[in-house]
Amino acid sequence: MTGAKGVSVHLQSCSKTFPDGTRALETVSLDVACGETMVFLGPSGCGKTTTLRIIAGLEQPDDGGRVLFDGEDVTHLPIERRNVGMVFQSYALFPNMTVADNIGYSLKIRGASRAERTTRIAELVTLTGIGGLENRSVDQLSGGQRQRVALARAVAMRPRVLLLDEPLTALDASLRERLRAELNRLLRSLGITAVYVTHDQAEAMALGDRIVVMRNGAIAQIGTPREIYFEPASRFIAEFVGAANILEATAADGFLALRGGRLAIGGDGKNARGNVVAMVRPEAIALVAPEGASLTGRLETASFVGDRLRLTVAGVSERPLSIDAPNTVSARPGDLVGLLIDPNAIRLFPGERS
Amino acid sequence: MSSSTFIRFCLVPLAVVVLAFFILPMTQLIVAGANGPLGLKAYAAILLEPRYRQTLVNTVLLSFTVTIVTLVISTIAGLFVQRNRFPGRSLLIAMLTFPLAFPGVVVGFMIILLAGRQGLIGEITSSIAGGKVVFAYSIGGLFLGYLYFSIPRVILTVMAAVEKLDPRLEEAARSLGAGAWAVHRDVVLPALTPAFIASSAISFATAMGAFGTAFTLATNIDVLAMLIYTEFTLGANIAIAAALSVGLGFVAWAILALARSFAGATIAAAG
Amino acid sequence: MTKTRILFGLQLAFTLLVAAFLIVPAILSMVAGVTVNYFRGIRSGVTLHWIGQVWELYADTIGRSFEIALATLLVTLVIGVPAAYALHTRGGRFSRIVEEIITLPIAIPGLAIALALILTYGGIGGFRRSWLFILVGHVIFTLPFMVRAVMAVFATIDVKTLDESAASLGASPWRRFRDVIVPNARPGILAGALMVVTLSLGEFNLTWMLHTPLTKTLPVGLADSYASMRLEIASAYTLIFFVMIIPLLVAMQWIGAGAGLMPGKKS
Repeated sequence: MTGAKGVSVHLQSCSKTFPDGTRALETVSLDVACGETMVFLGPSGCGKTTTLRIIAGLEQPDDGGRVLFDGEDVTHLPIERRNVGMVFQSYALFPNMTVADNIGYSLKIRGASRAERTTRIAELVTLTGIGGLENRSVDQLSGGQRQRVALARAVAMRPRVLLLDEPLTALDASLRERLRAELNRLLRSLGITAVYVTHDQAEAMALGDRIVVMRNGAIAQIGTPREIYFEPASRFIAEFVGAANILEATAADGFLALRGGRLAIGGDGKNARGNVVAMVRPEAIALVAPEGASLTGRLETASFVGDRLRLTVAGVSERPLSIDAPNTVSARPGDLVGLLIDPNAIRLFPGERS
Repeated sequence: MSSSTFIRFCLVPLAVVVLAFFILPMTQLIVAGANGPLGLKAYAAILLEPRYRQTLVNTVLLSFTVTIVTLVISTIAGLFVQRNRFPGRSLLIAMLTFPLAFPGVVVGFMIILLAGRQGLIGEITSSIAGGKVVFAYSIGGLFLGYLYFSIPRVILTVMAAVEKLDPRLEEAARSLGAGAWAVHRDVVLPALTPAFIASSAISFATAMGAFGTAFTLATNIDVLAMLIYTEFTLGANIAIAAALSVGLGFVAWAILALARSFAGATIAAAG
Repeated sequence: MTKTRILFGLQLAFTLLVAAFLIVPAILSMVAGVTVNYFRGIRSGVTLHWIGQVWELYADTIGRSFEIALATLLVTLVIGVPAAYALHTRGGRFSRIVEEIITLPIAIPGLAIALALILTYGGIGGFRRSWLFILVGHVIFTLPFMVRAVMAVFATIDVKTLDESAASLGASPWRRFRDVIVPNARPGILAGALMVVTLSLGEFNLTWMLHTPLTKTLPVGLADSYASMRLEIASAYTLIFFVMIIPLLVAMQWIGAGAGLMPGKKS
């Protein structure tokens, strides 16, 4: 089926203070392009769900905030008139209706004929792969099936924006990964504008065209998954998205002075001076022979996790470094090892003094 | 129509009915209590007037005694039934709880059948001891009547609370050497205390306001409800009747509110 | 080992005694209602004569009690279900205060409420003399049970998210109420309905004060018969009451009204 095209979403100066005084969202402005999947990522309480609900129309932003769909101001439109599709964390399927009736509900509200409804329901059932379940009641469905029904229901009326509030969180780990791939495929084929909320960074990177990392009610960084991963704007983001080794060291003449030796810094970091906070990802560190290496340390632990080796090396910096090595490397705890790091893989955080 | 307007509409019928038929009349009642020949002093009459004071004392003593006795009986029976499985258990539970919704009048009749002039107890004692024991129309009968409508309710509450007890606490006590009696004294009964407080409050408040039972038994014993009734219908003492009603209502409400704050909302929810 | 058995035996005996205290008079009354002569016991024969007499004397009270109970049910449904939804959705201190207020009639003795109603509306002759006057009292008394039963169900099924998801699909508030809220509140509505009907059928304290000779209900008739009729007639009348009310009580226990929602007692 050809996907609905959706609209662009613009949030202007939206903040949210709840009646009991809680400030859930600091003033935020952002744009979601038409057809883009934007993921809001962050720990619980960071404001991502509040932002989603403001876009949905379930919450009103504080005075001065505006929500625009394709330039049209929808700030004061209640959700039932915004024509959005929403998938809730608990799916919220109607227990008093069958699967088919759930999916067709939005059509029924708009007065579609029975024939129209039947056709559309059949389309959606095929699209989401839940054939044969049409007449079941919702409590007979498994978690994965419910999620698909919730999705089918949300897109039945070709909404302008699809909003997903942690749709995979309620499922167990193996199911989650499988459904993540399916969800990704679906979102691409629908081509719809989608806003997705999650606290799982792997999900965010797999699904998002762009990611908005949020913390304490404010935006910490907006960027593509690659930008967020390779160029995190702060220590918090570096540690939240993927694993990170944080080095607190002194920089001079293009080198970081560490306990275990010297590290050459590449790019703009060459000009850094004094105490700095730097980050390097575990997979960017290679194990070499200790003789002649500019950085050495002692191997503390080596965990074989199947597809790779997780090592910790002490004595290089204040805290042990985490390294991802190929699973064929043989090194024993206690060995002296050398480390080789590409200077351009080191990221400095300006303004964060150790 | 927006959601908040719809919600307001949903509350309108409730508001109208409650205002017109409850809040307004109760306000009138309070005002009427202060409008009689005694004025505002009518509200103190219950403590100052010897006849009324006696009635108050009677009612409080009776309600209090019933509450304690009901609690003891219901705890023993409730613990027993909840903790043991035996054939006929469900039938026993049904027998213990079925009078739950009997109106006071019917309870009075039950007591008459037990202890009235043609009552069962009378028949038994006259065939055994030669003298017919009739006490339905005395304070004994009233007491029995109050017991009759209190026991089912309190047993149900106790049973529910016993079901929620954590068996691991008792196991821990036993592993430390506590015998059955000690376990009950130190673990079970203290854990049941919120349920006790809640159901005692309900028993007490219900007994204080009980009317139908006393009415049917037509005792000479004056309880508050009967006093209010006679003042209104026979004495046409509207002000006193109103003042006593308001006082009684306030006391009952206060007891229940207090118990709710002690024992939590769920158990006392039935009011 | 024997100590436990003795303890068990004692407790069993005690509990049986209590159960006997409660059930024996009820059985007696049911038997007496169909016995030719109570004084002579069942040996004197079984008869429906007394029931016939009760019907002659009190048939109108039975009909009226049903009428009022059903009317009370209707009114509490129409008022209570939307109110339960509104209170649950709105939440906050306002809802709690409103809940407190509508629950007051359970705590306040029926006598007091009746007195209050008479003081305020006793002057309106037509109203005072009609069964609507009694209806009003019953509604005020049973309303909190309906509201609480429905709100209890709302709390367990996360009605807020269902509501929001229906809204996200474009349903107006009324549509949501009709298609999603009410159908999913059915267990609560059912439990509430049973309670309202049972309480209304058995209500005495309020009704005794509010009734007139032309608007007697069954419990009022019962009081009358206990005072002035012979025991067999009173028993037969009580038997009819039991037949009406015990199935309702059984249904309530079955549905699992539970200790938390059992009828408050006016005695």
